[in-house]
Amino acid sequence: MSNQKITLAKGLNMGLRKAMEDDPKVLIMGEDVGKLGGVFRITDGLQKDFGEDRVIDSPLAESGIVGTAVGMALRGYRPVVEIQFDGFVYPAYDQIVCQVAKMHYRSKGRSKMPMVIRIPFGGGIGAVEHHSESPEAQFAHTPGLKVVACSNPVDGYWMIQQAIACDDPVIFLEPKRQYHADKAELDESASPEPLFTSRVVRQGTDVTVLAYGPTVKTAMKAAEAAAGEGKSLEVIDLRTLSPLDMGPVLESVRRTGRAVVTHEAHVNLGMGSELSARITEECFYSLEAPVLRVGGFDTPYPASRIEEDFLPDLDRVLDAVDRSLSF
Amino acid sequence: MTQSGSPGFGPDLVEVFGPSQQDGGPELVQLLTPEGERVEHPEFSFDLDDEAVRGFYRDMVLTRRIDTEATALQRHGELGIWAQLLGQEAAQIGAGRALRPQDYVFPTYREHGVAYCRGVDPLNLLGLFRGVDHGAWDPNENNFGLYTIVIGAQTLHATGYAMGMQRDGVVGTGDPDRDAAVIAHFGDGASSQGDVNEAFIFAASYNAPVVFFCQNNQWAISEPIERQTRIPLYQRALGFGFPGVRVDGNDVLATYAVTQAALQRARDGQGPTFVEAYTYRMGAHTTTDDPTRYRLSDDVEHWKLKDPIARVEVYLKRNGLADDAFFDAVKEEADQLGHHLREGCKALPDPQPLSMFDHVYAEETEELRAQREGYAAYLESFEGSHS
Repeated sequence: MSNQKITLAKGLNMGLRKAMEDDPKVLIMGEDVGKLGGVFRITDGLQKDFGEDRVIDSPLAESGIVGTAVGMALRGYRPVVEIQFDGFVYPAYDQIVCQVAKMHYRSKGRSKMPMVIRIPFGGGIGAVEHHSESPEAQFAHTPGLKVVACSNPVDGYWMIQQAIACDDPVIFLEPKRQYHADKAELDESASPEPLFTSRVVRQGTDVTVLAYGPTVKTAMKAAEAAAGEGKSLEVIDLRTLSPLDMGPVLESVRRTGRAVVTHEAHVNLGMGSELSARITEECFYSLEAPVLRVGGFDTPYPASRIEEDFLPDLDRVLDAVDRSLSF
Repeated sequence: MTQSGSPGFGPDLVEVFGPSQQDGGPELVQLLTPEGERVEHPEFSFDLDDEAVRGFYRDMVLTRRIDTEATALQRHGELGIWAQLLGQEAAQIGAGRALRPQDYVFPTYREHGVAYCRGVDPLNLLGLFRGVDHGAWDPNENNFGLYTIVIGAQTLHATGYAMGMQRDGVVGTGDPDRDAAVIAHFGDGASSQGDVNEAFIFAASYNAPVVFFCQNNQWAISEPIERQTRIPLYQRALGFGFPGVRVDGNDVLATYAVTQAALQRARDGQGPTFVEAYTYRMGAHTTTDDPTRYRLSDDVEHWKLKDPIARVEVYLKRNGLADDAFFDAVKEEADQLGHHLREGCKALPDPQPLSMFDHVYAEETEELRAQREGYAAYLESFEGSHS
């Protein structure tokens, strides 16, 4: 098969299609996922090809979607749930935290919960309230869930298939701003890395920058700009948020002695806080500077005309890099 | 219509709901009166033989024994808490005996009688109340899900499971050994939960083979049914687009007949039904509750006259359908069950501390493995110091 250039939206769509072809137990459930193909078109064409029994347009009730998906999973299906926007996941929060996350534990492993909950997350699309949030820490904090975030089209294609194949429930975060942005070349015959692994996406020697989802692109741009000033940034795409894959992170920080974490979520008790704690515990004597966090401020997501001030951008990442280097 | 009523907006709520619901109203489906008289109903009939009635009697006596033994075990400090079902034996046995092996049950934490009908060892029910596990039975061994403590959450699981059955082609085939349905248990308090209402909507929308079986025992801890609803609960079903029926939940024959009909409707592919089993929580919400703070003993005395077991006993004796030997045998069996529960409960071992790390994930993470190993080493460091 010849390689093709695809967007993240296309990669996810192709990955979902492949998973449905490979396993008849895979179902898609969500609002507008059928004829419309989802508001972001991630499920485009799937209902036409797999039918209404496998691509299920649901009533507009998120707890109902996740709760019925739990029942489907108990019956042996592998539901892939689409939450239309990050800010709409909260009606389903109880089902996710109390049921999805705990069913395997409660049942001593007798009832598996192989469910994927896809959440378009992050900002930058000029949306109204509740459409630009980054709720990952709330799920990473919950034992029983696994949480991953893809950042690019090729990962989108592979990671969604791996998440569906996983026997544990996976919160699958998709940077919506990237859905239709950059294209990348997909080689469908390649062998993907395991799902719950982080990846060094740019090698460097001075500062380690940790990012995931939408901020990977920001970090890469920052590294590019820093290189022009003679600073060498190593960028790690975390990919998995729970569990964290600390191996590549610790290896990198032990070399650079400095780490900056960037995410769109609020910094207070965000993923950066956990990463900072773990790096400090494991690399204390290698650190030349405290771990710095660059994230959304601890405000509700602001009106979209000023969202770029809220979101970490190239300059704020570089500012943190400079502060790290000044220690 | 009262003067304060609203002409043009339908009947006054007082007319609909009535000043007193103690008798369940004229809609109540009843086949055996509190006095033990068999009566007929135009839509629902009881078509099993006398042996089945004797079986129901035995089931209810044993279920009550499970409840009284567990309550006593809590008083003796062997259980942390117990959710009592006293008074709801007919509702649970009637519903439980209407099931076929291929049907699936999603219970609350009070379905001890249904669990018994499904063949779950009652001893297994005690574990989560003793604090040694969160549910000890294999849900798929008896098609009986684990107790769900978050009120109403399981109604969505039931609906999703029923949707799965539709996709598995086990609904409406006409084969009685193949066609299956799901029953979702919940209470009057849960009827206020969003999840329950969403379950109604999903089930209606997809015509899912699920029976929503609500035991309206009149009380959600201290809150009376009037705090949850201003119309009879069963009437809500119509608004969601499927039938609802109120059955005398203290009448095991009627509960069986109505539930069986609702399950068959579901198995046949005709979609969901709401069954409101009208009953009364004779005991406390749980052993930590004190109902004397919020309800009148007169109400309890009134409902004692409707006892679900006494009416079957009267019926069997008056009609010469069971002799003393039968009743003695049931009592002996109940005593044996009591012994099994008392001895078994005390013998339930505490879990090993490190078992808390088991089964968090199907595919364990390295992070969690490290935590387990760290805690194991910590514990071992104490063991060394004790020697």
